[in-house]
Amino acid sequence: MINKMRTSFLATPYAIWVMICTILPLFYILGYALTNDAGSFTLSNLTAIADPVHLKSLWLSIRVAFFTTAICLLLAYPVALILHNLKLTNKGLVVFLFILPMWMNFMLRILAWQIILSNNGILNSILSTLGLPTLHILYTETAVTLGMVYDFLPYMILPIYNALSKINDQVVEAAADLGANWWTTFTKVTLPLSKDGIISGIIMVFVPALSSFVVSNLLGGGKVLLIGNVIEQEFTLARNWNLGSGLSIILMIFVLLSMSVMNKVDDSENGGMPV
Amino acid sequence: MKNKFLSLLTIASLSVASLLGFTSCGSDADDKDTLVVLNYGKYIESDVLKRFQEETGINVKYEEYESVEDMYAKYKAGSINYDVICTSDYMIETMRLEDELIPIDYSTIPNYSNIDKDIIEASAAFDPKHQYTVPYFYGTVGILYNTNMVDEDTVSSWDCLWDPDYRNQIVMINSQRDAFMVALEKLGYDINTTDTGELKEAYDLLCKEKSLIYAYLQDETYECMISEDAAMAVCYSGEAAMGMEYNEDLAYTVPKEGGNLWIDSWFVPRTCKHYDAAMKWIDFMCQEEAATENFEYVWYATPNTKVAAHEDAETLADETVFPTKETLSRCKLYEAYDNDTLDYTTNLWKRLKAY
Repeated sequence: MINKMRTSFLATPYAIWVMICTILPLFYILGYALTNDAGSFTLSNLTAIADPVHLKSLWLSIRVAFFTTAICLLLAYPVALILHNLKLTNKGLVVFLFILPMWMNFMLRILAWQIILSNNGILNSILSTLGLPTLHILYTETAVTLGMVYDFLPYMILPIYNALSKINDQVVEAAADLGANWWTTFTKVTLPLSKDGIISGIIMVFVPALSSFVVSNLLGGGKVLLIGNVIEQEFTLARNWNLGSGLSIILMIFVLLSMSVMNKVDDSENGGMPV
Repeated sequence: MKNKFLSLLTIASLSVASLLGFTSCGSDADDKDTLVVLNYGKYIESDVLKRFQEETGINVKYEEYESVEDMYAKYKAGSINYDVICTSDYMIETMRLEDELIPIDYSTIPNYSNIDKDIIEASAAFDPKHQYTVPYFYGTVGILYNTNMVDEDTVSSWDCLWDPDYRNQIVMINSQRDAFMVALEKLGYDINTTDTGELKEAYDLLCKEKSLIYAYLQDETYECMISEDAAMAVCYSGEAAMGMEYNEDLAYTVPKEGGNLWIDSWFVPRTCKHYDAAMKWIDFMCQEEAATENFEYVWYATPNTKVAAHEDAETLADETVFPTKETLSRCKLYEAYDNDTLDYTTNLWKRLKAY
């Protein structure tokens, strides 16, 4: 009993932080979302998502977030697997190298992509020196997706790597002893046991990718309007905080939906698995 | 053990990453004797700012914004009491009509006599009785182009921005009012039209252009042109002058259909708490040395008549920096939109970006 009280006492600073920086702003946003500029109750800021412009931006955001997540997963899983199988004494160092770029300001890293991908940029210089046709990538949806993949990749690698590290080597050895080849071991043992990592990786990439607006500002050249950009512009350019808040609420609902879908997948398939 | 180390690392890097994102949130206490100035980004020589504080003993909290609309949003948010603001003509008119301006006491600004009478005269468009503003810089909106990629004849008309030969080589200005101005000029309509039919036509034209352009840019335009990533760009004259400093193949023109003349001016908003210090600030900006230093930093046309004595003939003859009478005769100032027109064009702009 005393122990429990002591621990809850320690949580006070965190509780205060959550109150001021999470709960309170959420109520503010809800307040703005459910009123018009005259202050009376309305649902129009929420139903505004049905406007073709907003629907299009939301769909574009979902598409970009989906491809970002899929590419991240395809890149991250083999990396995590290789990392896990490396016979190195200091794996921490290798993982450290993956996290290292995150220590640099993310705006700077995205700006570097501008220099690489621009019409006269590094990539096109290399291509034309090799006699290959140049590419128009910067300021397109492809550039935005690429930027997000680059930015969010570590968030996919780390949870998968963590999940792989937790797998007991003896389980894999047992599979081999019973005659399973590498592929069978992978699909029947390794992959199912690392599912938790995959799911948290997907959530950690999909959610920020869905609401991001900075990457599309820098690599979209004002041509790629994600739902995050619409919300940002409602707050700044159009000075319509009510509509901006309404659309934020809709976006939050989408985030919660996608997270609950992922959790469902987790629960239903995890049934009889030893974790 | 290994896992512990890993999760520690993850937490450390995540917190560093989030700290980086939050550094700008630190709130400074509202100092009683601090003059709060709001100006466009990259629009003052930092040495002038330093000298003002040293010479007058007034502390300055200097804030910047990117576009006119950002300025208005910042001001309207109301969390900071700005003492003196510099912004563009039509927004000053909007705020004047909203009764947000306080008259300037010109008797406390001896250096006001340095300001070009013609520019003060032109300011009548947004300050009809000349009681609220002091001009800071002026310029035009036109096309900055690379002479190796486009010939002079092509850029003599706004039509070049719709030329499919230059697909992915065109940079459009990322500013609602200026983008609509370009389309309206091409259509032969008044740049200040409030006719929804004409604005809709301009919008349709801009939608057609979107598939051809490389990007909508504003502050990055001149860098993009210097590195020759694009053949032509719609931009402000000062930005063009800056680009031409670094790349000799660049040139600037205001197409024959005409364009926009803008005047950025200082004014005092209702939120002002330090009126006397604000007057001192405006006077200092009109000072010969300060105006010269600022001019040599921003490269827009200065309304300060004393600056010419410090510049060489080449600079003074530079038509990009100082538009000719002929160019000015083709350019018009923006008039403030009424609320309905503003909402209408803001909505069209959003549709264009989503198109």
